[in-house]
Amino acid sequence: MSADDVAGELRSGMTVGIGGWGSRRKPMALVRAILRSPVTGLTVVSYGGPDVGLLVAAGRVRRVVCGFVTLDSIPLEPHFRLGRQAGTIELTELDEGMLHWGLLAAAHRLPFLPIRAGLGSDVPRVNPDLRTVRSPYADGEELIAMPALRLDVAMVHLNRADPLGNGQYLGPDPYFDDLFCQAAERSFLSCERIVPAAELLAAGPVQSLLISRALVDGVVEAPGGAHFTSCVPDYGRDEAFQAEYVASAASPQAWQRFRDAYLSGDETAYQAAVGRFRAARAAPA
Amino acid sequence: MTAGEATRAEVCVVACAEAWRGDGAILASPMGLIPGLGARLARLTFAPDLLLADGEAYLEDAGGLIEGWLPYRSVFTLVAAGRRHVMMGAAQLDRYGNQNISCIGDWARPKAQLLGVRGAPGNTVNHPVSYWVPRHSRRVFVEAVDMVCGIGYDRAAGLPPGAARFHELRLVVTNLAVLDFRGPGHAMRLRSVHPGVTAAEVVAATGFPLAVPDRVPVTRSPTPRELALIRGRLDPEGRREQELA
Repeated sequence: MSADDVAGELRSGMTVGIGGWGSRRKPMALVRAILRSPVTGLTVVSYGGPDVGLLVAAGRVRRVVCGFVTLDSIPLEPHFRLGRQAGTIELTELDEGMLHWGLLAAAHRLPFLPIRAGLGSDVPRVNPDLRTVRSPYADGEELIAMPALRLDVAMVHLNRADPLGNGQYLGPDPYFDDLFCQAAERSFLSCERIVPAAELLAAGPVQSLLISRALVDGVVEAPGGAHFTSCVPDYGRDEAFQAEYVASAASPQAWQRFRDAYLSGDETAYQAAVGRFRAARAAPA
Repeated sequence: MTAGEATRAEVCVVACAEAWRGDGAILASPMGLIPGLGARLARLTFAPDLLLADGEAYLEDAGGLIEGWLPYRSVFTLVAAGRRHVMMGAAQLDRYGNQNISCIGDWARPKAQLLGVRGAPGNTVNHPVSYWVPRHSRRVFVEAVDMVCGIGYDRAAGLPPGAARFHELRLVVTNLAVLDFRGPGHAMRLRSVHPGVTAAEVVAATGFPLAVPDRVPVTRSPTPRELALIRGRLDPEGRREQELA
């Protein structure tokens, strides 16, 4: 299927989990497809990066569920900041480990999982629905009861997949992409290249087959689909373009210029515009 | 400069290194350049068993060779197991060590959105935590933080019995001094001032009453071997000086 087909499966108000971590291996082609769709009012669950920032900037997000939103090499995500400071988005702010536990609970069809993280902090203050649970054993320890974070849809980007949706990561970290898919009603996987199943094991060990086709409802071939986030070993983060993205948060006019330059067409047009950006930088002054 | 004449940044590197003294084979997670140099210096000298990650998903040994795999999912397990000592930054820090990296102002509509709580709540209830503050000021050292991310000793004391048994705030290293939480009721205490800094300067740059002992030691200077390692091996380009600029 195409990235636009994936966006077409979404409905306004859905809870969408997005894989990757910070500005690393984010399913950006799928995010860009959402920007071309009429979908809005999303609850986005993410180890947040520019996926969150772009969706917030485009006004598609009602609530963000996260422990952070960052661009890694640039610590603060400018569009997420603007949304928070303008009060245009709601936030469920969780410890990183709590987010992990919420996804694990959902994947295991449990109502909650106990965790120590969050005790004594202001996370319970800003999440008044959060409860604690007492161990029924002799220790009687009181812990946070992290509720399951059930997702309507998960979106992830991997290096390779076969046509049935067996997904392979070739970089150093799987992040939590498998868990996002396990926690979701339906999952969509984009990848740099769709290859025959036999080629997957030629590219990496069997442990690199992170996601089973049993979890996947659609596969999209999207070369450069994580751009401008990293997708090693296929490519690293495009730091120059990330800086261009950050500059787009300087003013409404700057954001409009960025939209016009990069987000007004389809994915092919985006990649072509990125190519022109690179060529302009490489050209002698 | 001649050996023996350490810069302030070099004193800070060694002060950060001291945070990990005696920690054994646990993951050292330094946030920031100078804490990173400190952790690597500690491993090259008095804490050889420390584990250090490369910033992605590998554990690297002192020679820069990969010695293990540490994806984020494994980091979370190390955190919960307590086999880690992190040195985090702080946008705000109060006298009992409550730390804020989330946002400034009212959480519901912040004046400045920062990183978010990240792993600070879990870190502070699970394993030792230290802090690095490159600019010691009343903006950072405040009477009350706007959002408690890492929990301090007063919050830990208010938890149900046993819940805070793994809570330990080790050191706060700044550009001016080293502090700990051995004041009355685990309040922040001035532990040492860096060479050339007075206790009065540190007190003036701190927005709450600081516990100051009668005699304040001077932070130790790097040994000649430590200086050689910092300058020759760990940071030959001198990036450490920019973090304090």
